[in-house]
Amino acid sequence: MLHYVIKRVLYMIPTMIAISIVAFLLIQLPPGDFVTSLAAQMSAQGDSVDPTTLAMLRRQYGLDQPIWVQYWIWISNIVFHGDFGRSFDFDVPVSDLLWARLGLTFVLAFTALVFTWLVALPVGIYSAVRKYSVGDYVATFLSFVGLAVPNFLLALVLMYIALQLFGVSIDGLYSAQYANAPWSWEKFLDLAQHLVVPVIVLASSGIAALVRIMRANLLDELFKPYVTTARAKGLSEWRLIAKYPVRAALNPFVSTIGWTLPELVSGATVTAIVLNLPTTGPLLLRALIAQDVYLAGAMILMLSVLTVIGTLISDLLLAWLDPRIRYR
Amino acid sequence: MENRDQDSVMSVEGLSLDFKLRKGIFHAVRDVSFQIRRGQTLCLVGESGSGKSVTARSLMQIVDSPGRIAQGRITLRADGREIDITALDPKGKEVRKLRGAKIGLIFQEPMSALSPFHTIGNQIDEVTLIHTDLDAKAARQRTLELLRQVEIANPEQMAERYAFEYSGGMRQRVCIAMALACNPDVLIADEPTTALDVTTQAEILDLVKRLQTERGMAMLLITHDMGIVAEVADEVAVMRYGRIVEHGSVDKIFHAPEHPYTRQLLDATLKLEQNARPATEAAEVAAPDLKPIISVRNLAKHYGGGRKLLGKDAPAIRAVDDVSLDLMPGENLGIVGESGSGKTTLGRLIMRIIDPTAGTILYRQKDGSEVDVAALDKAQLRAYHAEVRMIFQDPFASLNPRMTVKQIVGDPLYVNKLAGGRALEEKVAELLDMVGLEPSMMDRYPHAFSGGQRQRIGIARALALNPRVIIADEATSALDVSIRSQILDLLLDVQRRLGLSFIFISHDISVVRYFCDRVAVMHRGKVVEQGEAARICVAPEHPYSQALISAVPNPDPRNKRMLQRVRLNAS
Repeated sequence: MLHYVIKRVLYMIPTMIAISIVAFLLIQLPPGDFVTSLAAQMSAQGDSVDPTTLAMLRRQYGLDQPIWVQYWIWISNIVFHGDFGRSFDFDVPVSDLLWARLGLTFVLAFTALVFTWLVALPVGIYSAVRKYSVGDYVATFLSFVGLAVPNFLLALVLMYIALQLFGVSIDGLYSAQYANAPWSWEKFLDLAQHLVVPVIVLASSGIAALVRIMRANLLDELFKPYVTTARAKGLSEWRLIAKYPVRAALNPFVSTIGWTLPELVSGATVTAIVLNLPTTGPLLLRALIAQDVYLAGAMILMLSVLTVIGTLISDLLLAWLDPRIRYR
Repeated sequence: MENRDQDSVMSVEGLSLDFKLRKGIFHAVRDVSFQIRRGQTLCLVGESGSGKSVTARSLMQIVDSPGRIAQGRITLRADGREIDITALDPKGKEVRKLRGAKIGLIFQEPMSALSPFHTIGNQIDEVTLIHTDLDAKAARQRTLELLRQVEIANPEQMAERYAFEYSGGMRQRVCIAMALACNPDVLIADEPTTALDVTTQAEILDLVKRLQTERGMAMLLITHDMGIVAEVADEVAVMRYGRIVEHGSVDKIFHAPEHPYTRQLLDATLKLEQNARPATEAAEVAAPDLKPIISVRNLAKHYGGGRKLLGKDAPAIRAVDDVSLDLMPGENLGIVGESGSGKTTLGRLIMRIIDPTAGTILYRQKDGSEVDVAALDKAQLRAYHAEVRMIFQDPFASLNPRMTVKQIVGDPLYVNKLAGGRALEEKVAELLDMVGLEPSMMDRYPHAFSGGQRQRIGIARALALNPRVIIADEATSALDVSIRSQILDLLLDVQRRLGLSFIFISHDISVVRYFCDRVAVMHRGKVVEQGEAARICVAPEHPYSQALISAVPNPDPRNKRMLQRVRLNAS
């Protein structure tokens, strides 16, 4: 097992290097560089631009160097100093922007993920075991509705309901009075209250999809000979289902964890905009529209790295769950 | 009569099982009655679809929906009580107390009957934990004892391993250990050895028989193989279309069968005991001017052996190791061996579906010139494939379900641009007629045909290009006995008419004995013995051939061969 983990971690290194090169090339793709856009900014503000100053700036930032040297400067700054460069649009370091939003993004996305699993797994199992029962039809119907309704629409509807029925405005993450207040129990409760609707909205389509996947996976497993063997031992029906076929049906579930990590950062952008949530989704959208190259590049790099890490996590989980993979 | 009932552990009276389908009700089992007696073995024999497996499952109330018990009584006599199993709720506590504790069940597929996610020990412990008050530690002790009884070496380590680390025979031993964990009164074995090699089959049957005698269990053995019946049964019930057509002692069934179906089953089995090709061929083969049509020299195929990126160097697996064979014109050469012996790989090498690591395959063309198959280019290989054709094992998987029979059989003609339109249709009709199918069926799809009929379609496809050699890889293994001998007779008939040569790959000695002139026995990639079929099947010389031949069950209860078999010690 340890051998397997080490091997998988080592395999990540070349992948990461390749990803960083692609991300860097993406940053370089737009015409001009950081200094040209600085000059454009200054002349837009009416300042005169001294060509010698610009050349000096270029030298200072290493922009007159060959491209691989520039890549090395960029990547070594990230790796050794955590410096992702500067955002033109916001005129602050990219890392400040990212860290400010990442924490909340993770809290929100992780809660949504746990909620998804807590609902989807039992409903999916029930749906498969009691195939074509009333409960199965209800779950199937709701799943299709969940898949079909756009998230932002559901967000708007829930916002309206929350405001009308409970008198709670769920715009943003905090009520106005807590926005800049220090952390306290009340602030936490306020945050939790604001999180309910985003979590439901973000989880809805995931729940719908996973219920269907779990149902299909489990139906494949329920009639395998090893289930009959377990039944012939005298195990009770629900215990044997939980121990044998559900275990097998979890495999495809776990292998999709890898995709959810980057989804957390870039996904649900429209929902986040509708609900005015300060997560990374809207930030990425804005960076792309404004051609804020260092910010966009940093986020793309981050998304890719999260994909690689997510895949590693799901691979390790799979190996832990399925001995056949462990021994390969 | 009174005395016999004393011994009866389980009695089934007038059992009927129905499957509720969308269009009406299918009566899978009708009015079946039998007794299972202490220390005795009842064999339920029948071909696929006769309802024998579902009968076995109903004894534990584990028939999968939409099947259900429509009528009848199943009574279990255990601990001095009589329990009516049919009256119990299939999901209830009472019937669960019987499953695994009073009635043990062994399945056909040892490969899939165990969970791949749990250790073997865990799966056996479970039975003990459900039915006794023992704690986990004592349950494990008992598991180790059971593993020892089913002759698994190093039970302490093996209990911590997973099913995929076990061979097929070992998995079946584990299933037996699991079924016996709580000393059941009745053991139900549903085709326990069908998926196993003959030598493994003999060992498993030995083991089951020994454990049964030690514990005085009653056993219900379900099988389609009359040879196994003769070896182990005390009583036999022959099933067909969901009914028991004949019931009696094993001696009576084999030596004085009454029902025509029983006789038919026996005839199909006994027929395969002789060689259908009398010495005529041998004389031809002996003719000095006859040269082999295919001549294989020092053929080898190795897998792996390269360096891996991280980890140890793996030694190469020698799937086929230095094999030399000759196939004479008009001859039937059998290649026998157990799974993993390399016989299928050898067949594929001769077809050059895979490339050999070393060695030559010389093919003598119609004009008498020889070519090396291993050196053929694409166009030449295509011409070679027109003359050397293949028939596959699985009649279900080897036909494209989206093509009509006409397309399937005519495809080789179409691909080689030999016929089209009207001419193709006529040729297909002729081929179907030759393999005993109605030419009017050519517009149907494969799903409309039975297993035997599908295999006929596969044969027609192989014959389409007027081949000279046919390689049949386990061509009859997936078929019922009665169908099996029909297909073999068809192949012999086609051979007589078209002057074909066959390479017949099989694990089934009786089929090879019936069909082949000469036999090559393969073991671990090597041909260990080659010779006349009649000699190899009666007086093999190599120790492995001896072990293999003596493990084949003999369909005569008065002359049980398997129990006096030669064992090959692991080398």
